[in-house]
Formats: sequence, C-alpha cells, structure tokens
Amino acid sequence: MIEVQHLSKRYGRVTAVDDISFRVERGEILGFLGPNGAGKTTTMRILTGYMPATEGRAMVAGFDIFDKPIEAKRRIGYLPETPPLYPDMTVREYVDFVARIKGVPSKERRERVTTTLKRTHVADMADRQCGKLSKGYKQRVGLAQALIHNPDVLILDEPTAGLDPKQIIETRDLIRSLAGDHTVILSTHILPEVSQTCQRVVIINNGRVVAVDTPDNLTARLRGAETMFVQVDAGGADPVPPLMQIPGVIRVAVSDERGFVGALEVETERGSDIRREIARTIVNRGWGLLELRPMRMSLEEVFLQVTTEERHEDPAAGSSESAEPAAGVVHE
Amino acid sequence: MSNVLAIAQKELRSYFSSPIGYVLVGLFALLFGWFFYNHMAVFVRNSEQMMMGGQTPNINQHLVRGVLLSSAVIILFLMPMITMRTYSEEKRSGTIELLLTSPLSDAQIILGKFLGAMGLYAAMLGVTVLDMLILFWFGNPEWKPIAAGYLGLLLMGGCFVSMGLLVSSLTKNQIVAGVATFALFLFLWVINWIGESAGPTTRDIVSYLSITEHFDDFARGVIDTKHLVYYLSFITFGLFLTAKSVDSERWRG
Repeated sequence: MIEVQHLSKRYGRVTAVDDISFRVERGEILGFLGPNGAGKTTTMRILTGYMPATEGRAMVAGFDIFDKPIEAKRRIGYLPETPPLYPDMTVREYVDFVARIKGVPSKERRERVTTTLKRTHVADMADRQCGKLSKGYKQRVGLAQALIHNPDVLILDEPTAGLDPKQIIETRDLIRSLAGDHTVILSTHILPEVSQTCQRVVIINNGRVVAVDTPDNLTARLRGAETMFVQVDAGGADPVPPLMQIPGVIRVAVSDERGFVGALEVETERGSDIRREIARTIVNRGWGLLELRPMRMSLEEVFLQVTTEERHEDPAAGSSESAEPAAGVVHE
Repeated sequence: MSNVLAIAQKELRSYFSSPIGYVLVGLFALLFGWFFYNHMAVFVRNSEQMMMGGQTPNINQHLVRGVLLSSAVIILFLMPMITMRTYSEEKRSGTIELLLTSPLSDAQIILGKFLGAMGLYAAMLGVTVLDMLILFWFGNPEWKPIAAGYLGLLLMGGCFVSMGLLVSSLTKNQIVAGVATFALFLFLWVINWIGESAGPTTRDIVSYLSITEHFDDFARGVIDTKHLVYYLSFITFGLFLTAKSVDSERWRG
C-alpha cells in the first residue's frame, strides 16, 4: 500500500531524512517511532505530498506521490502535528469544507459528515467554533478531517498528543478499528502507544531507519539474555550462592535489599525457562519466595538502546547533524 | 471548478465570520459616500454657473467620473486589508498543510482565494451602487458609462488582489504582508507623479505601468481593449507569480 524507497530530504546542509526505505502492507498499522527531530514529521510530509523529497520515491495507494499527486492525495487522510483547523468555522462547517475539497460527492456529504463526527466523538461540539475547542477536541476534529473521505491510507502525526487518558484510549480504539480497511501510519514518541496499537514499528533516529519489526520481536530480539526478578526472604542467609548453582544461571545480581528481604536479578541463558528450578531451590531451603517474574526489556529500553547505538556507531559522520536529534533524546 | 468554489466560499465566509468583512464594507461605504457627497456639492455649485453660462452639465462626466477616480484611491488603501491574511494566515496556523495535502492543484487554491477576495471586494462595490441610484432618482445619468466605470473598478481591484495574494504568499506574518502590499500599491500609485516630471518616453512607460492610470478611461465610461488586456494580463501574471511562490515554498520546505 505504501512503499518508500531511498527517501532523502535535505534542507541546505542539514539532512532531515537520510535514505529511508520501508513498506506498509494493506490494512496494517505501522508505528513511526523516534526522538523529537528524528525526521518523522518530514517523512510524513513527503508521503502526503506536502513537500517533495530531495531523493527517492514514495508510492502511496499505488500512485507515485510526486508524479501523480492528485490521485495519491485523494486516497490519503492526513492529520498533521497541529490539527489544521480554521478557528472561525464551526466543527460541522469545517468538516464539510474538508469533505468538499477531498472530493466527497455532494449527495453523500451531509451523511458522511454526521457519521464521521459521531465516530470521532465530536458530534456534541458540531456547532462550536473550532477555535474555541479544547486541545483534545481539536485533535479529534483533526482526526475527523483525516477520515472524512474514507481514505485508503491514513497518516497520523502524533494523533494522541494533548488528549486526556480516556480520550487516548478512545482514539487508540478508533485507530485499531480502522486497521483492515485502512492502512495507517502513525508517529509518536509515546512508547506504550506503539506496542498497544501498532503491528509493526519503524524506529528512526537522525533521519535513518534503525529498526523495523513487530513490537514483540523488537523487545525479544534486543533482549539478549533473559533476566528474572526474584524476591527472596532468606532469613538472613545469603541467597546468591545457591542460585548460582542452578544450571543455566549466568549471573545473579542484588538489585536492592530491604531488611532480610533480598531482591535479586537472575540472568539466565536465553531460551531456557528455569523458573521452576529457581522456585524449588528457594523453597527447599525453607526461604520465602515473595516474587518471581521475568523481566522483559521494555520498548523504552529497546528504543534507548537502538537510538544510542546508532549514535555510537558513527561519531565521525556529520557532527553538526547528529547534535540536534541527540539533544532531543535528552529532553525526553 | 467545484474545488475552486469551495475555497472561494471558505474565504468569503472567513471574511464575514470575523469583523474584517463588515469593517471593510462599512468603511468603504462611508468613505465613498463622503467623496460622493463632496463631489455632488461641487457639482451642484458648478452646474449652476455652467447653466448661467449656457452650458449643460453632464452628470456622468462631471460627477460620476470624479467619484470613481477618488474611490480608486480608497480602494488602493483598503485592498491590503483584504489580501494580507489570505496566505500568511494559512501558513501561520498550519492550515496550508490541509490545502496542500488535499487533492487540489495550486491553481485551484489560488483561483479560489482570488475569487473569495474578489467576492468581498464586489460586496464593497455593491453597497456604493446605492449612492449611484440616488443619481437616477433625482437626475437622468446614462447607466452604461457608470457600468463601465464599475467594470474598471473590478478589474483594477483584481490587479490589486493578485498582487496582494503574491505578497501574502511570501510571508507567514499578516502584518508584514499588509504593510508590504500597501507599500507596493502606494508605489504603483505615486509612480504617476514621478512620470509627470520626467521626459516623454519615461512618462509613457511609467503611465503604462501604473495600475490607476489605466482606470482613467473606464471612469470616463470608455471600455478600451488596451486597458482590458492590460488588466487581465496583470491579474494573470500576478496569479502566476503567486503559483510560483507557493511552489517554491514547497521545495524549500
């Protein structure tokens, strides 16, 4: 549905997007992850035909966005970072206007506007002026605007920014319900959002793709060794040596100690589930097993690992270019 | 075409959903009325003298023409307020992103904005027709020269609008757009005065370039193809440059 090949965008000497390639299949939700300034918005703007790429091609819904922009744009719904609302129009007027310029047939327009407003939970504000809406409503009117012409491809730049937790859940549910009929790309720097809504993740940093995979694979692939979190009430004894004797255990580290209760991180060989052995060892000694759970590497850690690795890899390449996105990581 | 109309309607609605549309229509009606009243007072005084001298005063030549010429100057002052926000406001608020990612060509967007601004301008002119009707009530002027005069005003305004769109497309700040447009219009107006003190060749060139100079014949009630061609090509050129400016903006990002 979307195919991006060797896309680059340079502003003068600054490279915002550097040779990005990826594909999105029909009906898929792709998460676009990266620190601020990584090139997410630029890539999305190129895909929606807002600006041309310096190099490379992008096919959206079967049309080259540069050669056949009108055809491609007809099939794209786009929610930019700031919802593009006209403050003095009412919500209904605004969505109706967008429907007109997106080419919704005039006969269907009225009904389409009503159903879209309902679907994005803004029907109760239909006669309010866009400029007087709260941030959350603005964001959802922006979403309504992107959905109005029932596009094949939806490109959403931080769709949940500025929403309250309830609205975030509603919006995520809405986005998830769109998968199947629509192909969705959404960008975000909120990591749980990606694992909850997206089937695949593209992590970009400094304008480059550093990882593409499903959220689960990403966490698994980068995990290396598996770690168990174990909390033991050893009654004053040192629980580390017995645990070290269990086959498959590589390392036992004390993560923190509260009185007699020791919290341990037991690192084990990959693929060997030795939770039973650990439990048996502890119980057989008459100690209290308070907690035993696998510690998965969260997407946060994956993200940090991937984006920092990238920076260590090529410290020589363009010091001025990497300086800015690097700062973005620190802020977050 | 329906896309163009959609944009034009949106523009027109945005003028009248804020005070700007009403202020412009009202202000123009007021100033036009004031000039109308003054010309009328002068005309009444003069016509008495002329009648005593055995001449018949012509309402079209001695009253309407003067009013239209003065109103051309008011338009020059008010027009930047119509055009200054057209593009700059969309850029500032980010709505330009909606327009440029919709299945619209640049030409459709620009034409829509042009028609929208012309709609407001036409409304401003429409109100002044009331003043002209007073003439028909109390006298018997010819309507054709007046119609020609209004056609001239529309075309001249079109030049200003296309120019204003161009300036507005160059900046994000509508105040900058307004001031720059105003400076440009002022320059195109005073260029006449520069021409008058120069040699004959320079004068010809300068007066050809001046937007207001071409309005003279229309005010007199004459529709000369020369001026029609000038105005229409000026408008086309202005809109063309706007299209180029919007396109280059896209490349620069």
